[in-house]
Amino acid sequence: VTEAPVPTQNQHPEPGNGQAPPQRTPQVVESEEDEDEELTLKYGAKHVIMLFVPVTLCMVVVVATIKSVSFYTQNDGQRLIYTPFPEDTDTIGQRALNSVLNATIMISVIIVMTMVLVLLYKYRCYRVIQGWLFLSSLLLLFFFSFIYLKEVFKTYNVAMDWITLAVIVWNFGVVGMICIHWKGPLRLQQAYLIMISALMALVFIKYLPEWTAWLILAVISVYDLLAVLCPKGPLRILVETAQERNEPIFPALIYSSTMVWLVNMADTGLGHRPMTRKNSTEAPITQVESQSLALGPAPLSPPEDDGGFTPNWMGHQEHQLGPLQSTDETRREIQQLPSARPPVMDDDDEERGVKLGLGDFIFYSMLVGKASAAASGDWNTTLASFVAILIGLCLTLLLLAIFKKALPALPISIFFGLVFYFATDNLVRPFMDQLALHQFYI
Amino acid sequence: MTAAVFFGCAFIAFGPAFSLFIFTIAKDPLRVIILIAGAFFWLVSLLLSSLVWFIATKATNAQDLTLQKNLLIFGSIFSVILQEVFRFGYYRLLRKANEGLAAISEEDGPPLSVREMAYVAGLGFGIMSGAFSMINTLSDSLGPGTVGMFGDSQYYFITSALMTLALTMLHTFWGVVFFEGCERKRWWVIAVVLCVHLMVFSLSLLNPFYVGSILPVYAIMLLMAVWAFFSSGGSLHNITLLWTCRKSNAETSS
Repeated sequence: VTEAPVPTQNQHPEPGNGQAPPQRTPQVVESEEDEDEELTLKYGAKHVIMLFVPVTLCMVVVVATIKSVSFYTQNDGQRLIYTPFPEDTDTIGQRALNSVLNATIMISVIIVMTMVLVLLYKYRCYRVIQGWLFLSSLLLLFFFSFIYLKEVFKTYNVAMDWITLAVIVWNFGVVGMICIHWKGPLRLQQAYLIMISALMALVFIKYLPEWTAWLILAVISVYDLLAVLCPKGPLRILVETAQERNEPIFPALIYSSTMVWLVNMADTGLGHRPMTRKNSTEAPITQVESQSLALGPAPLSPPEDDGGFTPNWMGHQEHQLGPLQSTDETRREIQQLPSARPPVMDDDDEERGVKLGLGDFIFYSMLVGKASAAASGDWNTTLASFVAILIGLCLTLLLLAIFKKALPALPISIFFGLVFYFATDNLVRPFMDQLALHQFYI
Repeated sequence: MTAAVFFGCAFIAFGPAFSLFIFTIAKDPLRVIILIAGAFFWLVSLLLSSLVWFIATKATNAQDLTLQKNLLIFGSIFSVILQEVFRFGYYRLLRKANEGLAAISEEDGPPLSVREMAYVAGLGFGIMSGAFSMINTLSDSLGPGTVGMFGDSQYYFITSALMTLALTMLHTFWGVVFFEGCERKRWWVIAVVLCVHLMVFSLSLLNPFYVGSILPVYAIMLLMAVWAFFSSGGSLHNITLLWTCRKSNAETSS
């Protein structure tokens, strides 16, 4: 699932159950929209950096692991079940054929799984989706990170007893599950999402044979393009359904640069107060609406999830502060008058977040990791692919700011990345090697 | 080769560029984007020139070493020219983008002045050029080996690091001077920058006669530094104010 949804600051929250918004003159609405457009473009650079940093971190983790831990570049002869055809064949033609078949199988698996996901989402089988995501993040956080730790210890010859290892992996895994699926500090959640993307990318790098990997990258960017932009594309249906229902897309699949778990803070009429946001203590109501999400019951959390605000606590609060007098109507009114917000500049910036799917992280890191693993130990190739992917991401975000709807984040970056990888590996590397040999500096 | 060599050469080659990045560029997202785009432009120019070189080598006899060396020199000269062309292209792109940003921004005027963009673009070119020259060498210096085993120079790593530093700084200064020249429509500046770049490349042809290559290159770097300083609005007055730690007249009078 790879997409880069629009920064949501331009979506004025629609009333969830048909209540009319308070009357405003049309001019006020228009000038606010113009202002919003300027602010979008003004803050565009900041969003790009908010995505550059995690993408760079993920790539750095993957490249560092590939260069130091030899496990991920060894060919153990094992393959994924999705890529059954071997690549160490006698002829090049056979190898090409095998890799094409592998890529076809892998892509069909991805297409089928995406369709299943979209169908489940459309027919509101949220429990199944949640269970599936829960199981996959369980696998990543416990099993794959255990293997990773094991290989790192092997590489650096660190003696470790099973008990300490069990405690470490258990804590890492449980905190990760809590952060990703429930609530946690934003930075910690982002860190965990980066780590699981890196782990997944490392798995792909190890188990996908070379030509298959490049083919899959190329084909999946084409698929991403079609799936997000075609009217009947599964990802487009997913995003549109989510927007219609005013729900966020599953937090376990998306990296967001702002608070995502606020979705659980639905206004269910109990006057829930959002938890501390960067230790700020502003009026609770105002910050919730940045994502225009919480205006209906939060679908991904069970109705009885009160977020820790047990009736006891609520009673205690009411006892101390007097009964809260906000209702759905008053909250909506305040939400729709942005000028009524306290002018807190950096929270304002933080609210206008941008999201990137974890699949994008995984495939970017896979490209750069494969470049550093396969390119005859050359760092120039890695560096060139890295810069190409960042520029692709920059262009994608520019298009996002112009078109203001969900866009595929893979095609441009992967295209640039592949072009630069092959060009640098075959053309620039011999050139720079010769120059370095003679110590010529251009 | 030791870790000391690795760290020493890494800090020599990349220290100033890295500190410039941290202190002047990292805080502003727009500058970071322009830096990376500048690196990208340099990369594209290198790609095209290595394509030309590659075709030339494949079309000729690979055994003839003098021919190959001459082809290398020809390829490098072509690369230098192409780098300057791409610098000009980047200037045009930034001017267009700046006008667009100025039109829709709420403040008066563009968010970045041409001088800032010139500095950042030059640094982008310099960092990428330095990285491509030095990173493989640095990575090799961590592994086993003997420097100068076949009669080559013993000072390979340190001279590489020094040349990389000089090139990085030179690209930055060239960026400043180049953009300023384009702004003021002084086209001779472009020709001078191109000639100086070619001169620096030719000096590097003298390697491993390091006295003949590194010293003149550093002299040129200092001259370019002075030129860039005056071209971007500096003056002796500023320097004296800096050294005597006095506030400028405007501030003291208000």
